[in-house]
Amino acid sequence: MAESDNIVVETAEKIFADLADPQTINNDKKNSWQAPLWQALSEAGLPLSWVPDDLGGSGASLADGFALLNAAGRFAVAVPLAETMLAGWLLAQAKIASPDGEMTVLPASPKDRITLDADGSLSGRARGVPFAKAAKHFAVLAHGKDGAVIALVDAGKGRIESGLNVGYDHSDTVTLDKVQPVTLKAAPKGLDQTTLMLMGGVARSLQIAGALESMLDISVRYSNERVAFEKKISKFQAVQHNLARLAGESAAALAAATSAADAIANAKSFDDAVYLEAASAKIRCAEAAEKGGAIAHQVHGAIGFTMEHILHRYSLRALAWRDDFGSESHWAVELGKLVASRGADELWPLVASR
Amino acid sequence: MTAALRFDPIRLPEKCEQLRKEVRAFLAEEIAAGTFDPHKPNREDTDAPEFSRRVGAKGWLGMTWPKKYGGQERSFLERYVVTEEMRVANAPTRRFFVADRQSGPVLLKYAPEHIKMDILPRICRGEICFAIGMSEPNSGSDLFAAKTRATKTDGGYLINGTKIWTSSAHIADYMIAIFRTSQPTKENRRHGLTQFLVKMKQPGIKVNPIGQITGQYEFNEVVFTDFFVPDDHVLGEVDGAWKQATSELAYERSGPERFLETYYVLTELVRAVGPNPDTRSAEGIGRLVAQLHTMRRMSVSVAGMLQAGKEPVVEASIVKDIGTVWEQQLPHRVRDLAAFVEETATNRETLERQLDFAIKTAPKLTIQGGTTEVLRGIIARGLGLR
Repeated sequence: MAESDNIVVETAEKIFADLADPQTINNDKKNSWQAPLWQALSEAGLPLSWVPDDLGGSGASLADGFALLNAAGRFAVAVPLAETMLAGWLLAQAKIASPDGEMTVLPASPKDRITLDADGSLSGRARGVPFAKAAKHFAVLAHGKDGAVIALVDAGKGRIESGLNVGYDHSDTVTLDKVQPVTLKAAPKGLDQTTLMLMGGVARSLQIAGALESMLDISVRYSNERVAFEKKISKFQAVQHNLARLAGESAAALAAATSAADAIANAKSFDDAVYLEAASAKIRCAEAAEKGGAIAHQVHGAIGFTMEHILHRYSLRALAWRDDFGSESHWAVELGKLVASRGADELWPLVASR
Repeated sequence: MTAALRFDPIRLPEKCEQLRKEVRAFLAEEIAAGTFDPHKPNREDTDAPEFSRRVGAKGWLGMTWPKKYGGQERSFLERYVVTEEMRVANAPTRRFFVADRQSGPVLLKYAPEHIKMDILPRICRGEICFAIGMSEPNSGSDLFAAKTRATKTDGGYLINGTKIWTSSAHIADYMIAIFRTSQPTKENRRHGLTQFLVKMKQPGIKVNPIGQITGQYEFNEVVFTDFFVPDDHVLGEVDGAWKQATSELAYERSGPERFLETYYVLTELVRAVGPNPDTRSAEGIGRLVAQLHTMRRMSVSVAGMLQAGKEPVVEASIVKDIGTVWEQQLPHRVRDLAAFVEETATNRETLERQLDFAIKTAPKLTIQGGTTEVLRGIIARGLGLR
């Protein structure tokens, strides 16, 4: 996924550069940049990248869509691009056409469940739903007596208690109380809530990796500009070694996330190997967000702690993204259980299979 | 343009899986025959010459080298599979590992033809062991402070001085060493060192074993007194060793041996907690496995870059930095998690014995083959900071 070998990524990067320059949008207290950005992304067909042409999307490959999410992370844009992509992907799994406009997915946490009642209505509570307040529709994964179902729901039918995550983006609680969906179909065999969480987790991993790339860039740049004790701070060995560690965390996050994306893009099913890749990506990227973000702030000193500086756009979002679609603690427990149940002598064969 | 380094998701090709099966079957046979015990990384009999020859007979030494020198002309990714399977099984690789990874490639690049024809096939057959003569009593990470002299004499050089921390020198047949042939210049303090091939086990070389904190005697002091090295044993440019050192670093620093040195304690922990771990154990194991998987994917990616003919020195330094810090911390994390393992776990004694050894091994991992500080300096240079 080099930056320029992909037309989807090239298109997105041009739009981000034109309409989501980090300093410009950081200065804009009224968020007046959001509507033009969303319009441009929509006109380019990017939010419905993972929806086939015949279901209303632009039919990009899984790989191209993942690369797009990595690019979105590099700009840390506060629009529901990843969420609409995931929603479109989920609906397409059940051959449900995607409507225009912003969407998000329910549930967004492995702990929450939406249930399908006998009368065809949906009920349940989903916490930490990203951009629910901005969404016109929800793509819902629910549990019926015959297994998982996928539904398109009018966002106006849900009760939304709005909240903000650590990165100041909407992260809302959505309650469905006997809501009749617009469309509802059985989920294909093998697709369950875990699949959705793994897919969402890899999306967030790519965004975190992208944010870390930008944190590394602006930290290196700043260290080459800032003078203290009569020399550039980039010349102090302690600062150099901190930045080397940030480069390592950024590289590890990117390696874990792109490997998981590649695994999903080429997988026939969500087997143990894909589970290892996707869960590992979320765990390792979340760890990198903490360690790497702390170094980026350390390099910047007090200026990086201000709202005026752009650093927090990346550092806080990367931290917030850790919580979505299962935290690193959640996935570590699940991965640990999987490894234990396979047995000690099956650990290396699993790792080596990738 | 971003400063971030990309580790593309390289996958091992299909043919590697057949090879992996062959290596596992071979190692299983060796274990069954009593050559080594995979649960005992601290065994004393790590110099296993017969095992070394059998690995050579399989065609797994010098795998990537030209056939005319005994090699197989196979890919770095295939060599990667052999290396990681040997490492995970705790196979006794000491006798051939340095020659296969490092010394052979140096000879391939810099030795005269008749020496290549003489030595490389013997490495491939697993017959000879190499040591690396870099550090000296007052020259460790600062390689270019080396003082051991090579004085020109008729037909060759006379060597006087001392190398130290030289792993396997007591069993080695050859050493590749750097000696001082000229003084450094004002403009270039790295000038004046030359790389040599040294035939060991001869008068004029005295090898003194040094006890390590693990209780083992792996490294040595090697004293040269008027030791003669013939002219054709000069490797590369006289006074120009500094130009030759860097390209090998990518091979030396990115392999699976840079994060698997203490791996056995993780396997044993998984065995000890059993199939239904409590939440604390499960989370701890899950994190360690995620970190391990990520490092391996980075390491395989670097092997792919090497196969593509690149020189990923900065990427390799990142793999070694993250990998060695991880394998150093691993025994301590496993110890944390093992604190509440049931007293009745059948492998409790094995785990405790392994932890004892791994905890003693851990301090060296971030020192040998390029310290953490040196690596971070290289990464910082790659970022344009120096």
